Amino acid sequence: MSSFWDALAGSFGLVIALDPDLMEIIGLSMRVTLTAVFLACLIGLPLGAAAGTFRFPGRTLLSVVLNALMGLPPVVVGLFVYLLLSASGPLGPLRLLYTPTAMIIAQMVIVTPIVAALTRQVVEDFNSEYAEQFASMGVGPLDRLMSLLWDGRYSLLTVALAGFGRAVAEVGAVIIVGGNINHVTRVMTTTIALETSKGNLQLAMALGIVLLTIAFVVNACVMGLRATAVRSAYA
Amino acid sequence: MRDFAFDMATGPSVGRQRDEQQPLLEACNIGFTARGEQLLHNVDIAIRQGSRTLIVGPNGAGKSLLLRLLHGLLQPSDGKVLWQGNALNAKAQRAQAMVFQRPVLLRRSVFANMKFALSVRGLRGQKRSDKILSALASAGLSHLSNRPARVLSGGEQQRLAVVRALACDPELLFLDEPTANLDPASTAAIEELVRDASARGVTIVLVTHDVGQARRLGEDLVFLQDGHVAESGPAQKILTEPQSEPARAWREGRIYLGPNTQSLCDFPGSKL
Ligand SMILES: Nc1ncnc2c1ncn2[C@@H]1O[C@H](COP(=O)(O)OP(=O)(O)OP(=O)(O)O)[C@@H](O)[C@H]1O
Ligand SMILES: [Mg+2]
Repeated sequence: MSSFWDALAGSFGLVIALDPDLMEIIGLSMRVTLTAVFLACLIGLPLGAAAGTFRFPGRTLLSVVLNALMGLPPVVVGLFVYLLLSASGPLGPLRLLYTPTAMIIAQMVIVTPIVAALTRQVVEDFNSEYAEQFASMGVGPLDRLMSLLWDGRYSLLTVALAGFGRAVAEVGAVIIVGGNINHVTRVMTTTIALETSKGNLQLAMALGIVLLTIAFVVNACVMGLRATAVRSAYA
Repeated sequence: MRDFAFDMATGPSVGRQRDEQQPLLEACNIGFTARGEQLLHNVDIAIRQGSRTLIVGPNGAGKSLLLRLLHGLLQPSDGKVLWQGNALNAKAQRAQAMVFQRPVLLRRSVFANMKFALSVRGLRGQKRSDKILSALASAGLSHLSNRPARVLSGGEQQRLAVVRALACDPELLFLDEPTANLDPASTAAIEELVRDASARGVTIVLVTHDVGQARRLGEDLVFLQDGHVAESGPAQKILTEPQSEPARAWREGRIYLGPNTQSLCDFPGSKL
């Protein structure tokens, strides 16, 4: 039992001392995940908003596909991106395998359907409320899309945070395409997996504490946003 | 059959003006069917340029539905809607504005709601801000300019919806029960806005349940009952001597239960 307490004490020590190795790993994690979520939002928000606003052939199919892709198993995404980026794959010449870029791509593939599907739901609800008013005012399609995204801003921020939470905690896909190379592609989750198996519980637990804190902060942000939205009757 | 105010030609302002002056908006024998149920039957009305037309009738009569058809938000199953003699198109729709029964306000400030509506009409910069400020002032909403629109009281929301519609300079304004649930002061404020607009030449089509409001604002009146026009003509005439039983019941504050019942006691199955 004492090894647990030793590890816990040591891990807090690492966090408090801002251990450079620890900081490097956290930094890379954040860079990869924030970039992936940003790109996922860039694609997922307009896609989901269009699916929730306009009637076009294949709209229902798109929604079904997006919803199905939400539950995509990360290891399968990892495998898929691996095949895409491997030397013999279609994107092989770009030599991206085992780089942070590869991890960004993998996380993006996982998060984009989540952002798109949740956005579609939010925007569809808002659209059913606004559609007649917009039609009456003669609002054009692009303005409609932008207004719906803007009016859904609180809910959509929550959506982005959900995507962030999913991406930052993800391990299966990034370990396959990133390779968990020290100082290159080692992020929080993959380090925890590796260090735990090596018996280096201090570092693993320190990262665990950081991940938990991030999860906590994200949830606090979601609740805070919701409270703000409700206060202004913007929810 | 044409249920048109002037067909009952007895009042002073009537006659066969219709042939000389083209109505601004006409419903030519329109019907509307949804899920196999006919909700509107042969509605044939004409709205004169610059007039105030009231649409009256019990809950579920099809008043809001008629407004949607006249505004082009829904397409009639039969007949057609004409704007200045031509089919209703997007350009004609832009010359109209509508205040819905439940006002739809964006999740933004009062000011931003106005800004959005005017931007859609292509207004920008200083001209837009000036217009917003004077519109808000006209509705007594200036002090609420930065307030989120959706936390306003019901009456304030209605006033905002009305000035937002009017700020777009429509030729014709539809108002769907704009004063339902409002206190007398807010009701008066909205009626004032409507009267001002009317004085500026805006054609008004207003749905109401309120006999007093009908007396104050009505010029022409269309009485709807179960999707049929029960009676139409000059408002004063219908308010003083209604020809149809449903309109008479409404004026006297009774519930109209159907052609063969005079009171609740006659209602089939009534234990009264
Ligand atoms: N788009 C639609 N599709 C199907 N049914 C509709 C549609 N719009 C209205 N209805 C039905 O038509 C009937 C008339 O509705 P409408 O909203 O026009 O009533 P109303 O006269 O405005 O009543 P109220 O005084 O309660 O506002 C209702 O039974 C309603 O369910
Ligand atoms: Mg109605």
